[in-house]
Amino acid sequence: MTILWRNSKCRAGMIMLAAFILIAVFAAVIAPYGPRVSDFGASEGPSGAHWLGTTARGEDVFSQLVYGARTSLIVGLVAGVLSTLIAMAVGLTAGYLRGVVDEVLSFFINLGLVVPVLPLMVVLAGYAPVKGLGLIIVVITVTGWAYGARIKRAQIITLRTRDYITAAKFAGDSTARIIAFEIVPNMISLIVVGFMGAALGAIGAEAGLAFLGLGDPQTVSWGTMLNQASLGGALTTGQWAWLVAPGLVLALLITSFTLMNFGIDALSNPHLRED
Amino acid sequence: MLYFLRRTGFFVATLWAAVTLNFLIPRLQPGDPAQALLARLQGNTQAVNPAQLAAIRKMLGTHDGNLLSQYWDYLGAVVHGQFGVSYSYYPYSVTAMIATALPWTLILVGVTQIASFAIGTLLGAWAAYRRNSRVDSVITLGSTFVGTLPFFWIGLLLIFVFAITLNWFPDGGGYGGGSSPSWTWLFFSDAFQHSVLPALALLITGPVGWIIGMRNNMVQTLGEDYARLARAKGLPRRRIALTYGARIAILPNVTGFAIALGGLLGGTVLVETIFNYPGLGRLLLEAVSNKDYPLMQALFLFTTIGVLIANFLADVTYGFLDPRVRRAEAT
Repeated sequence: MTILWRNSKCRAGMIMLAAFILIAVFAAVIAPYGPRVSDFGASEGPSGAHWLGTTARGEDVFSQLVYGARTSLIVGLVAGVLSTLIAMAVGLTAGYLRGVVDEVLSFFINLGLVVPVLPLMVVLAGYAPVKGLGLIIVVITVTGWAYGARIKRAQIITLRTRDYITAAKFAGDSTARIIAFEIVPNMISLIVVGFMGAALGAIGAEAGLAFLGLGDPQTVSWGTMLNQASLGGALTTGQWAWLVAPGLVLALLITSFTLMNFGIDALSNPHLRED
Repeated sequence: MLYFLRRTGFFVATLWAAVTLNFLIPRLQPGDPAQALLARLQGNTQAVNPAQLAAIRKMLGTHDGNLLSQYWDYLGAVVHGQFGVSYSYYPYSVTAMIATALPWTLILVGVTQIASFAIGTLLGAWAAYRRNSRVDSVITLGSTFVGTLPFFWIGLLLIFVFAITLNWFPDGGGYGGGSSPSWTWLFFSDAFQHSVLPALALLITGPVGWIIGMRNNMVQTLGEDYARLARAKGLPRRRIALTYGARIAILPNVTGFAIALGGLLGGTVLVETIFNYPGLGRLLLEAVSNKDYPLMQALFLFTTIGVLIANFLADVTYGFLDPRVRRAEAT
């Protein structure tokens, strides 16, 4: 952690992410109104009472923006954790056992990599009878684990023939114990990077799906905001704030992840280190 | 040779898996999408052709017969290209709808993807060649920044600025209301005008991945021993960069090209929806919002098969370009 903190890009990213988490946790305190309170004039421009104007239904845009941070972070966290777990289970089993198991699992990993993800998400979301955040998280998890699994498989293949693994085998440790206590601790940085990538992908995918109108329209998220802004005529009424703000905060959240990744990359790949 | 055999085997296996996945998805749903659709079709005033109904039954599965015989019927329908009739565009068949939308997406995606690849690879190579100079930091930081911008949001902003505020380009659609698709100059110039903004939206974010990939690969190849030897021999810098660095660094980008195609097809769903562009992506979203299951299913199958073919071609090309891959797989 301290090494990451010393990297200036990484530090900036961590501070930005911390700010987003604080905003999400204290959304009720920060937002001046409820996100779905529609007591205000419709489609107003920015003013003192409504910093970013109001929606076509008369809701406060700034309050929605604040609450939207919650949705993005929850989706990122839950879908990120779930797809990391699947990726670990599949990748580690395939890489450690090799043989037929590896052939079969690798086939599924490669299949997961080549199937076009967004059309698959759209189709899955289209068949589902209920719309909602849970569905979106499931769809993102089902479609997003393959990349991480491939990387973890490659890593465990280089680890499994190390001396300390052989030693553990001779000591009579079970396969599960070797994976959990000998291999996983040596892959922590890879798992963290994989989780961040998965979380980032999930946040982007949620915004995209919600923007396409496949989410629950009652959920307050940046994607739904952009969807309602473009349907609610923000383009023609000239409400630039309603249109610009959700995309900008989404870009800032993605930037914070990218900056942290720079730090971790520089740590693990000396070729990219700046001196 | 073994490499090509293995790749062909993988291609056939993934193709089969994609077709099977397409069989399973509607059948795994709670409720019965096929029955619901048939009920809605029967509500239509026009009578539905019995052959079309049979095709829908095979594709989506009604709960008659066991799963195995359903699967057999489904495979037969796929092989014969019977994907049924579109619900939202009744009485057009699903294949007819896809055939109309396909050229729009192919042209838009084809042109922008090749341009993105060329621009991105060149900029990435330039940044690596001038590593740690001002050019490098402008390219690297600039592309990283652009890469964080949500891509559908860029599309919305482009419409806001160039179509509505400045009124330079139309705000959506594939061609103007006055014209219809024909082989005339007027239609082509109109269609071109309509495609500028969607193409721009794809071109702004498109090169980012190639820039970063190419730069990092080439920084690595330029640090290899053979590049060091070339420098020691006193070869000109430009030659080292092009024939020792870039030539090898470009290889991973070639495989990346095909994989990116899958992601790009996803991107077209967003771009085409924003710009109301008459391609496959918008058709898919329309099918989803109208619960037009036959169209949805066929579209997903077609895009997946397209991506699989592209991947196969990339694998084969890669084998020709890099002999090491062929040998590595043989051992």
